[in-house]
Amino acid sequence: MTTTAEGPERDVQELDRVTIRFAGDSGDGMQLTGTQFTRTAAVFGNDISTFPDYPAEIRAPAGSLPGVSGFQISFSGSDIHTPGDAPDVLVAMNPAALKANLVDLPAGGAIIVNADAFTPGNLSKAAYAANPLTDGSLKAYKVFEVPVGTLNAAALEGLEMTGKQVDLTKNFFVLGLVFWLYQRSMEPTLEWITKKFGARPVIAESNRRALKAGYAFGDTTEMFHTTYRVPKAQLPPGIYRNITGNEATALGFLAAAQQAKRPLFYGSYPITPASDILHQLAGLKNFGVKTFQAEDEIAAMGATIGAAYGGALALTGTSGPGFALKTEAMGLAVMTELPVVVVNVQRAGPSTGLPTKVEQADLFQALYGRNGESPMPVVAPATPGECFTMAIEASRIALKYMTPVTYLSDASVANGAEPWRIPDIDDLPDISVPNAVKGEGRFLPYLRDPETLSRPWAVPGTPGLEHRIGGLEKADGTGMVSYDGENHHRMVELRAAKIAGIAKDIAPLETFGRDTGELLILGWGSTYGALRSAVEELLADGRSVAHAHLRHLNPFPANTGDVLKRYRTVLVPELNLGQLWFILRGTYLVDAVAYGRVLGKPFRIAEIVAEAERLLTERGVTR
Amino acid sequence: MTDQIAPVEGLIKLSRKDFVSEAEVRWCPGCGDYSILAQAQKVMPDFGVPKENIVFVSGIGCSGRFPYYMNTYGFHSIHGRAPTLATGLKIARPDLMVWVATGDGDALSIGGNHFLHSMRRNLDFTMIMHNNRIYGLTKGQTSPTSEFGKRTKSTPMGSVDRPMMPLTLAIAAEATFVARTVDTTTEHLQHTLEAAGRHRGASFIEVLQNCNIFNDGAWREFTDREFRDDRMLVLEHGKPLVFGKNRDKGIRLRGLHPEIVTIGEDGVSEADLLVHDQYAEDPYLALILSRMFWPEFPVPVGVLRQVERPTYSDLMDAQIEQAIAKSGPGDLRRALQAGETWTVE
Repeated sequence: MTTTAEGPERDVQELDRVTIRFAGDSGDGMQLTGTQFTRTAAVFGNDISTFPDYPAEIRAPAGSLPGVSGFQISFSGSDIHTPGDAPDVLVAMNPAALKANLVDLPAGGAIIVNADAFTPGNLSKAAYAANPLTDGSLKAYKVFEVPVGTLNAAALEGLEMTGKQVDLTKNFFVLGLVFWLYQRSMEPTLEWITKKFGARPVIAESNRRALKAGYAFGDTTEMFHTTYRVPKAQLPPGIYRNITGNEATALGFLAAAQQAKRPLFYGSYPITPASDILHQLAGLKNFGVKTFQAEDEIAAMGATIGAAYGGALALTGTSGPGFALKTEAMGLAVMTELPVVVVNVQRAGPSTGLPTKVEQADLFQALYGRNGESPMPVVAPATPGECFTMAIEASRIALKYMTPVTYLSDASVANGAEPWRIPDIDDLPDISVPNAVKGEGRFLPYLRDPETLSRPWAVPGTPGLEHRIGGLEKADGTGMVSYDGENHHRMVELRAAKIAGIAKDIAPLETFGRDTGELLILGWGSTYGALRSAVEELLADGRSVAHAHLRHLNPFPANTGDVLKRYRTVLVPELNLGQLWFILRGTYLVDAVAYGRVLGKPFRIAEIVAEAERLLTERGVTR
Repeated sequence: MTDQIAPVEGLIKLSRKDFVSEAEVRWCPGCGDYSILAQAQKVMPDFGVPKENIVFVSGIGCSGRFPYYMNTYGFHSIHGRAPTLATGLKIARPDLMVWVATGDGDALSIGGNHFLHSMRRNLDFTMIMHNNRIYGLTKGQTSPTSEFGKRTKSTPMGSVDRPMMPLTLAIAAEATFVARTVDTTTEHLQHTLEAAGRHRGASFIEVLQNCNIFNDGAWREFTDREFRDDRMLVLEHGKPLVFGKNRDKGIRLRGLHPEIVTIGEDGVSEADLLVHDQYAEDPYLALILSRMFWPEFPVPVGVLRQVERPTYSDLMDAQIEQAIAKSGPGDLRRALQAGETWTVE
């Protein structure tokens, strides 16, 4: 029990983990509210994981169900891998937000609603026949009705603002209240307000007042009987920051360029959810980074090839539909054997699909989506922080093997955030490769390095190496145009062997949990957190299981086949209908089991646990 | 790095032969492309640029073979995309002299978007568009410059597409150098290539070229020696628009419309004629010239428009310098630690 000077007596309850979902109209500033809470929790020292969930429409009609925007954050005193299966607390700014999110809230969960927004008009927009706050339908939950609009307007009285401007600050009132509820300092957000709105003193003051009013409301009202404390997590020592996958991707390529001692070129066409990489890199001009917003996806890819030909570390970034448009030019990069990285931040397809929602269904496209025998290495980061290292890895492979590489991120890993231990730049690998220079005799642009099978990188401006390349088949060695069938067969095999050979040069597949046993859960990409958490639970329950996560999808690590053989059953959960599963069966003749879901959402831990239990039971494995 | 077309000091003087590659030229005998290639090889030494600093980029079509025959760096890319490769190359390497060889189908149809945008960005490269009004490499289908009603393999009853005017498009797309020449007027072709190569910025040359296999006589009606003087209008900066075997015809502006007049008739003198100004900042004269075509008008050849503007690389490099002046040269350690950080002991 603690007693504050002026407030009522309250319990303080210690929790290991709390998951909050902020939900409101897409104009209510829920993404900002979530981000501010995330920063505060991260700076405090919690482990965090977040999941922004926003609609494709920038401003759907206010109060409508399609316009609901959400941001879920899980923060914890121990190591966590996902933003949580279900929220403990739902903050709903209007009836539509309540309706759209209530389905995910377990019985007993807390709901904080902006009661002012539950007007007949808003209820009707959310298709509520009766007011859920009064009709008893929320009996199973702890409901806190807060007249946010009224209280906030009162707090801002006297400021020269329109009613609409006042209304726009109510998200900070809610943020203040939640800060109080979880005993968080307002300082990081107050500092942010000063920095962001310094030039507009009235706006700055209104946000400060809203935040403090929300905090004070919690402290003085008798509505809440308990506040909660989530202690610091035991994270490995180091300097940390909060980072999203897209931020880590941009910084990873910046670091890769430095470690390759080459200028960075990024050609891109705006597309959700990849555009943030362009925005990040465009802000790094003082590093000499050259970003190019192309007229279309094809131009972005073509320019990237042109920049690579000129000797830059060149990359392009897009999402599925744009990736499809780049296909032909990616084939040109395969044929001309130039080092480029193609970032695909996957979203739900086909076609325009669900532009803001996660899916992993571009794996086949990345591996096979080109005409002809056209092998390309594919890597996939598993967590937001890992985007940094995988960006360097993608660049390393591209440069060392003179090949285009696909970097398969997705909406979940790209927009999700976690605390990231900032690496020491002295520990980063040297990935530099030399340009070709004039040697003895005739220059052979397709003469291969015997170990890597890569060809020389002869950049324009190098005297004596003038040569011509292009999309037509090359004669082995000389690189002259060749229509000879025997030569074509040899070149196709050489290109395939070059990519397959990368398997010797990548980290082996590691397992977590049992070394051998009943069940291996194998995944790739952003499902890492859910799969790892599920296996942790199953292991704690004494189950004979393990988790392995592929970062290299082409080629696979050399030991992949051996790992698969060590378990009676292999379960492959993916946010598609079984693409990796299909490839594993074809490659290793393993009778793996697919678990595919395409709901536009990350996996929940519980569904993976349930599927694993179902399989173990089916195979007669008893506890 | 800055754009550099200026001769390099102390360079060994190169000759045409230095720019001839070992590849055997594989265009059909009699093709207009031979002339374009020969003039390009001839003019290259005059720029004084070391051949390792020159890159030819092409797309698909007969023009796509161009880089193989130039003993410089070369990239034969994919259909319509040559300007995109040239763009990335020029952004990464402003020091290189970049040429794009393309055709009417490659530049205006499949690559139309890239053509427009590479021009508006004023990237410092020169695009030579071989215009034979037909798809040659795919053996004779209608192209974006084919005449309305033209019968081809793909339009047996005549094309119902209206042809587009490449020079009008180039001007509308903000190209800073726009010119037209003809494969058979070799000296004019050579001068045009040279002027375009020396221009800093996006240069576009339309070369009217014959395809003697699939569209023989593509431009014969006005390019044949016997009609040439009467049906073509050679543009010279600062000179009145005079043409004709007897140099007695001219172009006068009536209201917004150009008209053909005869000097000495109806009181018309040279002073009444339009005077060419290729350096005019506004595009109106160039746009009028770009719309004039046979049979209504003599076909203008020469430089329609040439204006000075900062190139894409000039502007990009200036922004980089500005960013460095403001924030200091990039420091990776600092970039990684941007924003809030905290230390776990």
